[in-house]
Formats: sequence, C-alpha cells, structure tokens
Amino acid sequence: MTDTIVPLKKKDFQSDQEVRWCPGCGDYAILANVQGVMPDLGLPRENIVFVSGIGCAARFPYYMETYGFHSIHGRAPAIATGISASRPDLKVFVVTGDGDALSIGGNHLIHSMRRNANLTILLFNNQIYGLTKGQYSPTSELGKITKSTPMGSLDYPFNPVSVALGAEATFVARSIDNEREHLADMVKRAATHWGTALIEIYQNCNIFNDGAFDAVRKNRPQQIRLEHGEPIRFGEDGEHGVALKRTGELEIVDVATVGEDALLVHDAHRDDPGLAFMLSRLAHTPHGPTPIGLFRQVERPVYGTELNRQIDDAIARRGRGDLAGLLAGSDSWTVG
Amino acid sequence: MTTKTVEQRDTVTIRFAGDSGDGMQLTGNRFTSVSAVMGNDVATLPDFPAEIRAPAGSLPGVSGFQLHFADHDILTPGDSPDVLVAMNPAALKTNVDDLDAGATIVVNSDAFSSGNLRKAGYDGNPLEDESLAAFQVISVPLSTLTVGALDDTGLGRKEKERAKNMFALGLMSWMFSRPTEPTIEWVRSKFASQPDLADANILAFTSGFAFGETTELFAHSYEVKPAELPPGRYRQITGNAAIAYGLVAAAERSGLPLFLGGYPITPASDVLHELARLKHFGVRTFQAEDEIAGIGAALGAAFAGSLAATVTSGPGIALKAETIGLAVSVELPLLVLNIQRGGPSTGLPTKTEQADLLQAMYGRNGEAPLPIIAAATPGDCFAAAIEAARIALTFRTPVFLLSDGYLANGAEPWLIPDVDALPDLRSVVNFATEVNHDGEFWPFLRDPETLARPWAVPGTAGLEHRIGGLEKADGTGNISYDPDNHHRMTELRAEKIERVARTIPPLDVDRVSGARLLVLGWGSTYGPIRAAVRRSRVNGEAVDVAHLRHLNPFPSNLGEVLAGYDRVLVPEMNSGQLRRMLRTDFLVDVHGYNRVSGLPFSTAELTDAIAHELKGLS
Repeated sequence: MTDTIVPLKKKDFQSDQEVRWCPGCGDYAILANVQGVMPDLGLPRENIVFVSGIGCAARFPYYMETYGFHSIHGRAPAIATGISASRPDLKVFVVTGDGDALSIGGNHLIHSMRRNANLTILLFNNQIYGLTKGQYSPTSELGKITKSTPMGSLDYPFNPVSVALGAEATFVARSIDNEREHLADMVKRAATHWGTALIEIYQNCNIFNDGAFDAVRKNRPQQIRLEHGEPIRFGEDGEHGVALKRTGELEIVDVATVGEDALLVHDAHRDDPGLAFMLSRLAHTPHGPTPIGLFRQVERPVYGTELNRQIDDAIARRGRGDLAGLLAGSDSWTVG
Repeated sequence: MTTKTVEQRDTVTIRFAGDSGDGMQLTGNRFTSVSAVMGNDVATLPDFPAEIRAPAGSLPGVSGFQLHFADHDILTPGDSPDVLVAMNPAALKTNVDDLDAGATIVVNSDAFSSGNLRKAGYDGNPLEDESLAAFQVISVPLSTLTVGALDDTGLGRKEKERAKNMFALGLMSWMFSRPTEPTIEWVRSKFASQPDLADANILAFTSGFAFGETTELFAHSYEVKPAELPPGRYRQITGNAAIAYGLVAAAERSGLPLFLGGYPITPASDVLHELARLKHFGVRTFQAEDEIAGIGAALGAAFAGSLAATVTSGPGIALKAETIGLAVSVELPLLVLNIQRGGPSTGLPTKTEQADLLQAMYGRNGEAPLPIIAAATPGDCFAAAIEAARIALTFRTPVFLLSDGYLANGAEPWLIPDVDALPDLRSVVNFATEVNHDGEFWPFLRDPETLARPWAVPGTAGLEHRIGGLEKADGTGNISYDPDNHHRMTELRAEKIERVARTIPPLDVDRVSGARLLVLGWGSTYGPIRAAVRRSRVNGEAVDVAHLRHLNPFPSNLGEVLAGYDRVLVPEMNSGQLRRMLRTDFLVDVHGYNRVSGLPFSTAELTDAIAHELKGLS
C-alpha cells in the first residue's frame, strides 16, 4: 500500500465478473451510471458494501469491485441494517427490485426507512417479475395480464415513492434508467445523504414488460422535474405547472393561464412529508405527467450513529464494562 | 413468648402458587436468593401461564414458583412440594394433586370466598370438608392480617392487600429460619424512590415473620443447613442471564464487538433484555421488525466483523431458517440461540420442551449441516455460549445453541468463573488481511486443517469480494453452476462440520462397576437424569450415565461408548429425537423415555424408567 491517494476511476469499480443481464436490459445503464458515480464519492472501495436480495437487480453486487453480499429474497435491508449499525464507518448500498423490496421484503423496507439506518437504497422498478419469468409485481398496473394473472391482476399497485414517503424516509427520489445525468445526480445526492435514502429508478424490462414507462421514459415533456426552491413546471417549454388548489389538492395547470406566481414552489426539505406525498400522487402509475427528482430530503437521527452514541454514553457513565465484575454480580457469597 | 423448637431438615421443596398478579414469581425469587446466600444448594422451577393476567381467581391464571433447597448438592427443583403456599382456591386446586400425603399446605383463608371457590370449580369449601385430610393444612387469613399490619401506613386497602405476598414471604422465612436482613435490604433498594411502599412492604414482611413466631398454628420451624458445595465464590444465575453473560465473555475473549439481533419472544426475550443493559461492554442489541430481520441484521454484522448472535424460540427459528441456510452457504460465524418451548406452532410459550433438535439438525432447504450444542443447567448456559462462539469463529459457520424454558427461567447457585481461565478466542478470529492466491483474494480458499474460509471484513483494502447464496466455485467463490463443483462444495460443507469433532472432548461417562445400562441425555434433562441415576445407585443398581454437550457432530468416541452397553436409555422431553439420530448414526437399538408435558422430568419417573430398563435386562 502507498500513502499517495490515487483518484479512483469508473473502471476501478468494475469487477472481473461477466455481466449477465438480458441484452437491452435497463440494468446495464444503471450499473454503468453507478460505477461512474462511485469515484465522485471519494470513498475508498474497501469501505463500500453493496447488498442485494433476489431478482435480476440483485446480481448487481457481483459486478461492483467493492465488498458485496447477494443475500436472500427481500432481506437485503435487514442484512444491510446489521452491517451499517455495527459499522457506521461503511457506506452501505442496497440494490433491490419492485418484487424484492415491496412484496417479500416490504416489511424490512418500511422499517429500515422508519429507523433511518444509513443506507442508500436503489429500487429498480420494472413493474414485473423478471427472474421468475414474467409474473405481475406489486407495482404492476391493475388488470395486468401475465402468466399468473391470465384474466388480469386484481391487486392495486404500490407507488414506491408514496410508500417511502408514508414510511417517512428522510430521502426519497425518483429517476429513470436512461436519464444518465439525472440518475447520476440522484445517486450522488442519495449516497451522500446521512440516513436512509431511497431512489425509485424506472427500469425497462425489455423481455417481460417492454415499454412500461414509455409514457414518461422517452417523453421528457411528461417528466415533472422537481427542483428544490423552483416553481414546479414541465412540458415542451415549461408551459405546464403544478399548483395547490384552495381545496388542498394539487392540480396540473397551464402557466399562461394561472401565471407563474400561482405555481407551487418545490420545497424538498419540508419536515412534513405531506406535500411531497401529494406530489407523488400526481401520477399513481407512470402514465401522464409524472414527478421525477428529489421529493424529500430531511435530517433525522441515524440509527447506527445513535446506537454508537448510546454505547459511548453508557461507557462514559458506567466506565468500560468489567467482565469479572459483571460475572460476580451484586449478590454473591463464598463457600469454603 | 415461648421459643419454638427448630427441626432439622436436609432438603425442602416449597411451591408458592397464586394469581398471576399475586407476585408469586417475586416471592419465590426472594426466597431463593436468601436460601442461596445462606449457603443452601437451590434449584428452581417457575411455572406461569402465557396470559399476563388471566381473570383473577381462575384456574388458568395460577402462577407458581417451586424452589428446592438443601444441605447437599441437588440436581432438580424437587418432585413434589413439602410445602404448598396457596394464595387462593384456584392455586390449591391446580397444585394439590402434586402433593404427597403428609405435605403442609398454607392457604390464604381470606381468598376462599364462595365466588373464588366457584371460579376454581369447587362445590364446597375444601378447608371445611375432609378432602384435605391427608395434609397438614394451615389456614391463615393472609389478606386480613396484611391489611391490619399496614393499618397506619396511609395506603389504600387495595394497596395494602397487594403486600400479602410479602406477608407470606415473611411467614415462610420464619418457618424455614431464613434471615430477614437480605430481603429488607432488597425491598429498600427496589423501592428506593418510593419510601412509603418500601416501608409498607417491609412491614408486611416482618409482620409475617412475627406472626409465625407468635401464632399457635405452627408448632415448630425448620432449618436447612448450608450445603457443602465446592469452595469458591457463588452467585445465583438463570439460564438466560448466563447465556447473555457467555456472549459478552466470548466477545471480550475474542476481541470482537458483540451484535445481537432479535425479536421479542417467550422465553427468549430476557437474553435480549440482559444484553440491552450491557452497552458499556460495547454490546449492540437490535430489536428488529421481525424474526427474519433479527437474524438478517446479525448475519450482516457477522459479515462486517462482529461476533453476531440471534436469540429466539422455536417459532422464530422456523422464520429464520432461510437466513440460517444463507449463513451456511456464505460460511460466516453466527450464533443461533434457541430457547426452546412447547410446540408445535405457538404451542406452550411458557412451558419447557426439547423438541427442536431435529429442526436444528434438518430444518433448512438443501443440505445445510451446522454444529449443534446444548446447555445442561442454568449456569452451564454460560460455558455453552462460549463454546458455541468458539466453534462458530473457528469454523466460520452458524452454530445452534439449544437451551429451553426450564433453563431460561430456572436458577441455581453458580460458581463464578475466573475470567482469565476462560478460553482465549483471539487466535481463532484471525481476520484475513492479505491476498491469498497469486495476488488475488479468494474468499473460499479454505484452511487445510479446519476447512474454514478466510474472514475478510469490509474496510480491508485489497480484499474486496462478493459472497452470496448462489453456489460458489471452490476457492474463488465466484458463482458456479458446475455439477462437479456443487457436489464437491456440498461435501466440503459437510466435512467442515464433521471436523468440529476433532476439537471437542470425548464423551465423559460417569461409570460404576458392572453397569450394563447407560442413561444418555442432552440439554436440560441433566439434573433429573443425574438425580434419578443417583437414586438408582442408592437403591443398589449399577447404572452408568453420560450427557451430550455436542449434538452435531457427536463426540468421536460416542459409537464406541454406545457399543459398550447391553442397553442405552435416552430420556427426552420429545418423542425421541436424539434417539432417532443415534439409531441412524450407530445402528444401536436405543430405548427412549419420552414425555412432553411442558414440565421437566421428575426424579421419580426417571428412576422408574431406569428400573424398567434394568428389569428388561435381567
């Protein structure tokens, strides 16, 4: 080892494993994007851990030249919480999909966000089960025809951003696999957030659900780009916007009609997640104008840090534990 | 006041029984502490309902605490009580069948109202008919006396009456010549912030003591002299506290931080509670959202370099099974503590059973072998936890440690171990720091002796690697679907666990001359089995006895030991799980004595079982 710090490059984060997603899968773009962002974080590779569950997205850690743990279905947030809580010095990422995060692992996902463990969660949403070959997922649209729902799915889908905001995650964002700059910006901001950060990434599964996001993914005018401190506008030339009605609902408006001053100014740092939640409701599924970007970023005590603080406090108050004293207890007696 | 005579006894068993809200566990624990401090050997059996407060006066609401104390070393909490303290008719009804003729019953006569009698299912009042003629019944109006004693305290009637357990404790303390000071001191410190309550409880306690001395109901009191235990410093300990301390000790001796991931479940929660209080040892406890997250977080902490454990009971193990399989696959050290209870399903949450052995052995998909060890007594839980950690760290494997509800809540005097004499686990931690194969790091390049893989923790530069639940190539650890590799890895995982046997002592058999019968046990049946063998030997029988700490792999000499007897008897609080394993491994016609009642074996039933086997041999 040398003492000189050589800046790392994207290729330093590429492992020697052959990437095995289907040709044309949106995961390739996300992988390249994340690998490209890594050097900007300025962290040594050995302090980075990628944890995943099961699914197509869950192969991600194998392709990252960092520490990695490909675990079991839905449990990545729990395992990652253990890593992060026991080692607050590590930067821990969770890579998950819509089935992994929101079906089998829904409980762990909401609790990690509630707890605010120091995790960056990349949720690849393709609205389908890919690895098991095409069953509907908890984000598939109602009535989805798949092998397991030949007459159409009956269950109402989750909107992952709404779920995260409902769980009061301290960082909630949405991006798209092929929006290179936007995604890189979101990943960088999420990775430097202190606490649980969740990014929903619209990811095209070209085999089982091709074009699921086309209404938004290849349609920039339909992307409501959220920028903190800016009036919320979208369209070809920003001709549309979002305004708060007197009845307390958000509505899509024509800027020319209502005037720029009537537009809602996005405040990502509001303590109350209510308005961010309302924004997430502008599009329950990615059809029609859909908010993209940072919905919410607030500060709240971080689980691993607080756990460490309790340990420090306990040691300060009681002194470092003495094993012999512990074993002897306060009520002992001598025989012989 | 006349001084009453004191009668010497070598052993006494008392059972305190009352409503869940009557404070019987506390009363029993206090009596135990004082007896232990006096130098008696003690063994306890708390027995309480799963309901926190079943309806007052009802049969399901009865909570009991049995305590056996003696002037010699004892092994069980006693079969049938010499004295039953029954705080109400329901407590009498549910416990009287356990008494032998001649036993003493102390009842709270105030509680024998027509309403309470009806709730307990009595047609008449047993205190007034002949149904208790076989016993010496001492009827004491405990509620009235307590309320009277606290007349001047300014407490309300309900609060006064609530102190009746302290009155009863005072009375029993007089009856068995226990000193009052330790209990008075204990009350003072417990109610330090509420001096009024402290005074009232002490007054109730001393009034009970004085009542025994002055009343004519009791002809004499009893004394049980101190036992001759091996010399040293002792304390009382429960199994759950001992496991918690064992984990802390293993962490200290390995130089690793301790991480416990858990989810509250009876009877395991006290391990979580105990460790949560020990943050000044650097202990991290994590109460997860569910059982699966509890072990998931623990496995994550293990990956990141902690001594990691998860604690639960059988239903929790069922939920954790997939993660245990993952731990087997990624070969990380992890302690899985199962404080067994009655099953299946929710079963008997507050009762004991040892029916999760085969679950530990086989309860995972695929071939996923792992070491299993079991604790024998409450105090032994300490050493068992350290041994579990030794195996887990040395062989990079999840290890099952089986305790049960009886050990968890039962208490015994414990010879406080010398910290410096505990096993040194630093040498087996041995984190990887260097590449190990031609300039690369291979996470599955094994130690040739133990077959353990290197443990490279995040933060170690140059050893970045990926692990997971997919099959790995032998050596590199890369994903591999190669048929021969999978077969080889399956064999390697099994062989690694078999090699644990090289590091454990041979089974130690307690032998007598001419024995043709071996009684072999595991887990919490240790006490009852030893007591029964002792009794059989006193009866002139030649019986050998041994107890297994390691259930997978078995000690290397086990087959040879079994072959040396005409008959092997395995008593188990299940339907024959160890028996099945022994028969499979050694083709020996092992006999079983099996009962699953939720309670530990009595010495009497095991003595009979031994006699039955011996009869079969003659």
